Amino acid sequence: MQKTEQVQYNRAGQRIVSPDYLLFEAPREKQFMTGSEVVKEAVKRASVDASVSYPITPQSEAAHLIGELWVEGYVGVYFRGESEFGVMSEVAGCSMAGARTITTTSGPGTLRAMENFPMWAGSRLPIQLVLMARGVNAPLTIQPDNLEISFLLDTGCMIWHAETAQELFDMILAGFVVAEQPDVHVPVITAIDGFFISHTREAVMLPPDDIALPPYNPYKSPMVPLDMEMAPGRFLRDPYVMKSNYISYAAHTSWQFEVRAAIERSKPYAKHYLRGLIEEFGDPEAEIVFVASGTAAAQAKEATLMLLHDEGVKARVVRLKTIRPFPTKELIEALRGAKYVFVPEFNVIGWLEREVRRALYGNLDVPVIGSPRVAGGMTMPPEFIVKEILQFLGKEVKHVV
Amino acid sequence: MAKLGPSGYSPYPVAMYEDILTPPPGKALLFNEIVDEEIAMREAAKAMLTRENPTIFPGPQVLYAWNEEAKEKARLVRKIAETLGAKIIPMYDYRPKYPKIDPEKEINPNHPNLTIWHNNIKACIFIGVHCHYANVALKIIRAETDCFTIAMCGNAGHEDAMITLRDQHTEELEKFIRVAEEVKKELGK
Repeated sequence: MQKTEQVQYNRAGQRIVSPDYLLFEAPREKQFMTGSEVVKEAVKRASVDASVSYPITPQSEAAHLIGELWVEGYVGVYFRGESEFGVMSEVAGCSMAGARTITTTSGPGTLRAMENFPMWAGSRLPIQLVLMARGVNAPLTIQPDNLEISFLLDTGCMIWHAETAQELFDMILAGFVVAEQPDVHVPVITAIDGFFISHTREAVMLPPDDIALPPYNPYKSPMVPLDMEMAPGRFLRDPYVMKSNYISYAAHTSWQFEVRAAIERSKPYAKHYLRGLIEEFGDPEAEIVFVASGTAAAQAKEATLMLLHDEGVKARVVRLKTIRPFPTKELIEALRGAKYVFVPEFNVIGWLEREVRRALYGNLDVPVIGSPRVAGGMTMPPEFIVKEILQFLGKEVKHVV
Repeated sequence: MAKLGPSGYSPYPVAMYEDILTPPPGKALLFNEIVDEEIAMREAAKAMLTRENPTIFPGPQVLYAWNEEAKEKARLVRKIAETLGAKIIPMYDYRPKYPKIDPEKEINPNHPNLTIWHNNIKACIFIGVHCHYANVALKIIRAETDCFTIAMCGNAGHEDAMITLRDQHTEELEKFIRVAEEVKKELGK
């Protein structure tokens, strides 16, 4: 007798397909969209159970569009929180209840909610936060800047940094798949540089909207709730852990390291679904190398082309797709043969420069130049990067702005 | 008492310090090396047959009759214990223990070292322990004791065990019993 396969549908009536089919094999059509619209398109295909929102520029529109998806029946639960702190607490509750959960935030909203991110990670909740990064400083700015990623680096969440709207779409879908792996099971923050991606329109290739990811199966969680308790709540109630300094440090430290180890365990999955943790661009033999992520990588790529065509200077770009896990091995390998490493960034402190220095220390002896760097809403025209390189090399700066 | 681990007094996570991740499907991990499952099974059996006070720590996933597989696995765990001459100390739940831990009767994920010290256990197998709790316990044991740890996991395995076997279901447990019997014969036991 011929075997028949049962086609499965999610609550919105979309056909369930494998993540590999959705991300790599399904036919795609070109659309012209903003980053915010792309968030909606990704959530539409992600069998999302719950989303909570609170407005803050520049993510407000993306949050609003997820609300439209709830009206259309694609998202199970959607409501507005009382603040960003409320939102991040409420999505934690949704995730603890076994829901695939997504939310969005930006800049100061991220900081207001900050206490929740280590709590998500420590409770091993595979929540997805789409971070549309924006300035955090005084006087108040709503302009592009990714300073807040620095604050998030040590919360125990995975952090992926998309360069384009297309990559944001793919990362949101892949983010759920990787975060929900039983041996990973930590939150994922998919970051973009606000406005540059959220508010500009670009060509995006989208798969059909009648297919979707398999729904989240909370019973595959490596620690199913017992007696209505989630890890690590049970640890906290242990009198030995609470009262004995000796046992307390062992259990608490072990859990802290376990969360970080889980991020490391995400590497093979992220490598598969993101087609590598890094991307290399430009002349592989070039000795001048830019290490960048997000929009800074896009600007560095343009500068690389200008350097070659206008000045005859060979350069290349190593773009990091994931910051947590940090692709240390891949970066060291990619930087062999480099003479100078430049780290262009959209923030005042240079968090990526710090990360790169830490990864290379004791592994590769190459000067790291934390420049050029802009902040507080400034853009970084490729001419600006070209000028920096030419000045560093002692060459004449001719027609750059 | 505690021995100073490679990362000082902190529980020693190999994924963080040595970039050792769980093995790919079909393979096992023997310390820092990815090896064939059978090689890891042989080394695991050897460790259990040659070290002092070998003990199996079964967790809720094999201790309770959740389903048919759990029942069958529980039977096989007893057979493994008989083959290896190992004691069984269960981790039957993860609840806080108050007012007193009884290290002869059970092991708790928050302070597994107490059970290992009390019983002078030099080799152990974790089986049927939920992954989060197995990971926590294995890190503490690796950092604070000289016990040789083996994880037989139904999912992706645990890199902090000295030997980790992944996707271990009834068929694999039966294979381990066969391998253990062979090793036992080779050792003249």
